Amino acid sequence: MIEAINDALDIMLSHDPTVIIMGEDVGYFGGVFRATAGLQEKHGKNRVFDTPISECGIIGAAVGMGAYGLRPVPEIQFADYIYPGMDQLISEAARLRYRSAGEFIAPLTVRSPFGGGIFGGQTHSQSPESLFTHVAGLKTVIPSTPYDAKGLLIAAIEDNDPVIFFEPKRIYNGPFNGYYDKPVEPWKNHKDSRVPEGYYSIPLGKARTVRKGDALTVLTYGTMVHVSEAVCREKGVDAEIIDLRTLVPLDIEAIEASVEKTGRCLIVHEATRTSGFGAELSALVTERCFYHLEAPVERVTGFDTPYPHSLEWAYFPGPIRIGEAIDKILEA
Amino acid sequence: MATRPSGTGQAGHNRPALSFHVPEPKYRPGDAVDFSDLKISEPGAQPRPDETCLAIETAPLANDLIRVLGDDNQAHGPWDPRLDPETLRAMLRNMALTRAFDERMYRGQRQGKTSFYMKCTGEEATSIAASMALAADDMVFPSYRQQGILIARGYPLVEMINQIYSNRGDKLKGRQLPIMYSSRAHSFFTISGNLATQTPQAVGWAMASAMRGDSRIAATWVGEGSTAEGDFHAACLFATVYNAPVILNVVNNQWAISSFSGFAGGERATFAARGVGYGIASLRVDGNDPLACYAAELWAANRARANAGPTLIEHFSYRAEGHSTSDDPSQYRSAQERAEWPLGDPIMRLKDHLIALGEWDDERQEKLDLESAEQVKAATKEAEKNGILGHGLHHPFHTMFEDVFEELPWHLEEQAAQAIREREIKWPQP
Repeated sequence: MIEAINDALDIMLSHDPTVIIMGEDVGYFGGVFRATAGLQEKHGKNRVFDTPISECGIIGAAVGMGAYGLRPVPEIQFADYIYPGMDQLISEAARLRYRSAGEFIAPLTVRSPFGGGIFGGQTHSQSPESLFTHVAGLKTVIPSTPYDAKGLLIAAIEDNDPVIFFEPKRIYNGPFNGYYDKPVEPWKNHKDSRVPEGYYSIPLGKARTVRKGDALTVLTYGTMVHVSEAVCREKGVDAEIIDLRTLVPLDIEAIEASVEKTGRCLIVHEATRTSGFGAELSALVTERCFYHLEAPVERVTGFDTPYPHSLEWAYFPGPIRIGEAIDKILEA
Repeated sequence: MATRPSGTGQAGHNRPALSFHVPEPKYRPGDAVDFSDLKISEPGAQPRPDETCLAIETAPLANDLIRVLGDDNQAHGPWDPRLDPETLRAMLRNMALTRAFDERMYRGQRQGKTSFYMKCTGEEATSIAASMALAADDMVFPSYRQQGILIARGYPLVEMINQIYSNRGDKLKGRQLPIMYSSRAHSFFTISGNLATQTPQAVGWAMASAMRGDSRIAATWVGEGSTAEGDFHAACLFATVYNAPVILNVVNNQWAISSFSGFAGGERATFAARGVGYGIASLRVDGNDPLACYAAELWAANRARANAGPTLIEHFSYRAEGHSTSDDPSQYRSAQERAEWPLGDPIMRLKDHLIALGEWDDERQEKLDLESAEQVKAATKEAEKNGILGHGLHHPFHTMFEDVFEELPWHLEEQAAQAIREREIKWPQP
């Protein structure tokens, strides 16, 4: 997946002279996860450059660059560090088009690795997506495969609205299935790992049906797509798994169509539970599909605690938590 | 290593007690003021280094006060911008028009035509004189008290009033608080209510201009109180790191609502001195001296255009009026402060200078003031045809949902339909 992201950035830098990449360590070094490796060398320091450790400055400057007419792609090294830049995202980038009635826009794509499972402790593991989905004017995108990462990132950079692009870092190198004590298969063996060369994009706001099924609908995104898929496969459940891909705008049609068909719905995300995006999904499904439901909507999430370093696998919403929720839904 | 306290920390032991400092302004309501300890430099006495000098060479100027106009109403010294009388008269006209505009809009708010207004009385030079030293297409990232820039750039008064009234003519569709203008055509960035957020944006814009090999520069304005925000420090850092062609104007008007400048650190250092630590060329100017404001801004603009980097300018001024129409300064500061402000009033000083040059007289000034008032009055009448706040002549409901995103997603379509349904119940059309 990291190569797909690098490829997307390379293509957009080549394709559009207004695209620039900025962030801590993204230049000469190529990023701590190597997402921008080789890009400065190829495209020059005018297009790919390091920044001070100042998220407020990174996002604030990117807003100004967007107003100038560039398409900045700032990287925030870990999603946990995005908070000092929050005001610039929430009050500025998100509202620039609105408050200027379209005179100024902030077409920036903020890339940031998020999620746990890499022993990152409570400052390198958070999933803050619902803080952004709550803000009018921001789009939130989360890929789950190399193919999607490339196509969605290209679409995000081309989008004229500010986009938060969260990269599930646990699956940078392979589709983690939730079993922390078993080796992770590399992407090359995965069915969705094929990444075509050259330019392609995937429209924002369109979900992906990971597998079709009739017993229940699983709404999920990011790393949890793979964990959910593994659990359903092992349990032999005929689940329909929908990878949302973008949380805002949300593909409500895909959600409604699937839940109306299966009558049961499980929501799986890694972020903390209270006021998480699962709460929004649960409310939407209940409001819009209530008379099709044969069981209460269930949520599987992380716990409402910070991500504990030594107990991260206890925190992680893994196969047991998902399996129990599926049983509960099917038994209802 | 210092000896760590071993006692209980209670009073009575023999270690000296620490004391906590809360800044306090010198004068409160009812106090007689005395500005005699304010260090006011001699006009013309400050050196004017070359625009491409090292930032550190400006350090003395960050603690001095660049002044051009003297008590004799003449221009003095190397900072005299030597403007021709026509430019000086244009500056005076812009300043008089801004003051007339402020007067009328203030009254409009009191008459209930809008919710809110902010005057810039006493600070006109910091925006008008300063911005006149920039090119018309240099991008400005103002705060909320730089209406003078729009006026100096010829933005129609009617458009400004439409925005203040949030009426159907408001091109911002009634979304912004009054006075938070935006005009891309006038290179005037949309104003935010969140303080100092425009400063790193201005730096980013300037960085982009440099990256693209453009020739335009950026300038931003922020109040001295807002320099306390983290954004301002990020802006200074990015400006110096990337040698951005940007001017950071800090308008020190002494008061951030009721908090005096000491709460932004002004007791300990000048605001200009902050730039020195970042390696930014820094100037401190008499903000009520239009020629000094112009000269400093021109120096900084030339520096930016020469790829010599950013400049921080502190405009040392005084907020003659309340913070906004919602503020009552008589509750927290001495009424004498305004009357006795030792640096005078920028419009009066420019007027007296032009008179001293033999290029102006009181009669012409009276005529100018009258014309300015008439011009504003006519624009107000024109704008009122489009409605005033809360009187129904506003934009169609659907516009509330537009521009959140480039395209309307399904959830906003649904909510727009609901708003329109509610309107039919709340305000039935005959």
